[in-house]
Amino acid sequence: MSRRWLYVAVEIAVPAAVFALLWVWSAGSDVYYYPPLQDVLNTFKDTWLFERVGSDVGPSMVRLFIGYFIAVGVGVAAGVALGLSPVLRRTLAPIVEFLRAIPAPALLPFALLVLGVGNSSKIFVIAFVCLWPILLNAIDGVSGVDPTLVDTGRVYRIPAKDRLMKVVLPAAAPQIFAGMRTSLSLALILMVISEMVASSNGIGYFVLQSQRSFAIPEMWSGIILLGILGYLFNAIFLLLERRALAWHRGARAGSQ
Amino acid sequence: MLKVTKLRKVYGTGDAATEAIADLSFEVDKGEFVCIVGPSGAGKTTLLKTVSGLMAPTAGEIELAGEKVAGPPERMALVFQDYSRSLYPWMKVGENVAFPLRRKKMSKSERKEVVDHAVDSVGLAGSIDKYPWQLSGGMQQRVAIARGLAYQPEVLLMDEPFASVDAQTRADLEDLVLDVRHEYGVTVLFVTHDIDESVYMGDRVVILTGRPARVQEVLPIDLPRPRDQVETKELPEFAHLRAHVYRAIKGGQEAGEDDERAGAREAQVSASPS
Repeated sequence: MSRRWLYVAVEIAVPAAVFALLWVWSAGSDVYYYPPLQDVLNTFKDTWLFERVGSDVGPSMVRLFIGYFIAVGVGVAAGVALGLSPVLRRTLAPIVEFLRAIPAPALLPFALLVLGVGNSSKIFVIAFVCLWPILLNAIDGVSGVDPTLVDTGRVYRIPAKDRLMKVVLPAAAPQIFAGMRTSLSLALILMVISEMVASSNGIGYFVLQSQRSFAIPEMWSGIILLGILGYLFNAIFLLLERRALAWHRGARAGSQ
Repeated sequence: MLKVTKLRKVYGTGDAATEAIADLSFEVDKGEFVCIVGPSGAGKTTLLKTVSGLMAPTAGEIELAGEKVAGPPERMALVFQDYSRSLYPWMKVGENVAFPLRRKKMSKSERKEVVDHAVDSVGLAGSIDKYPWQLSGGMQQRVAIARGLAYQPEVLLMDEPFASVDAQTRADLEDLVLDVRHEYGVTVLFVTHDIDESVYMGDRVVILTGRPARVQEVLPIDLPRPRDQVETKELPEFAHLRAHVYRAIKGGQEAGEDDERAGAREAQVSASPS
């Protein structure tokens, strides 16, 4: 117990110390590109609490989550289909491998041409990138389900739909979740890139515009916001995963 | 009740084909407890997978209560050897037992009663809300047995169910199965590689040869019931029967090896340049 508290204390103390160090070190800074932390934080407060939440954070989040959830839906559905069918898997493997090898930002010019500068081109690129980790993990997870688990379902005449939803999917869930977590951080990256290339709002757009207009504290405040968002997303995801896969952690601990 | 006729199972095709079951016929009467015993690798699991309808036979027929088996029948349950891979780790004990009952026509309260009773009769009433991985191996296999019983099959197949538990637990589970099969009035086909277990449990023992499996002998076991771990195993008849099965399996294994050697020689002859 005391050890646990020590870990928690360290977890809070180290970032606090780094923060304090930066604060002191940058306090007297007259280097234009590294304004004092205090200025950055004041700008952060003026900009993001909550002046530009509706105009920039909102649109960014809409793009990010629509793209991400499209990828989750398509990735899990296609992953199950490919995972269940070795023939389909072998047939489509080269195409999957080729498509996922394309660096997604390279698709932005094409997406802008076809889908325009609005939300759809950004959502497309985010979904495209997020798809692959989810798809590949779902394929692996589904094709690796223990055959005895499935045979048990067949012996007890569990209908195919229930065998899929209540046996195969839960058994593959740990791997599917791993893919979804990887994709979540990719989604944030692609959101920023797509907004920097062509956009009239969004956090990525704001960071680039600030830099172009030499509003350096504003630029830094946007970067800090992105870091906070990425950290929060990951923390929330871990919390949900821990809840959904409690049995998996228990079973693994039990077998050791 | 259960009739297996001229069963044959070959894996693969062409040169890669291996024969797991050569020619198997036997019958299990209603209410009977039949043990199938054979050397390791004799194709016992293949036999159960075919009998349970999980796998189609290459030739031959399986009939359950007069109906041909093509796919898992409703009146049959199977307890797998590997409980840790047969119970669903994301379901609690009660949920695991209730899961196969979803399609059965019964009310919620009936279902709960059936589940509670099955869990109770394997002595796990206190663990119904635990997860399987919170239980010991022997207790997990009890859950799998409860699941089979709650399904209310006419025939219960068991595939070396106690192969991975320790000796004491194994004896307890043997007696548990003998008890509950009376309570549930279920016919049992019990596959094992343990000779003592087959003689101790069965009304009859079907002795298989080595791979590819054939029926070598069907041995009636006229030991008094109820069986008892100490008293039954003390009887001279038990020792005789056990020795009989042991010799039969040893003999069958050697015969099988002879066949294999002959086969290998033939293969060599045909492979040598002419």
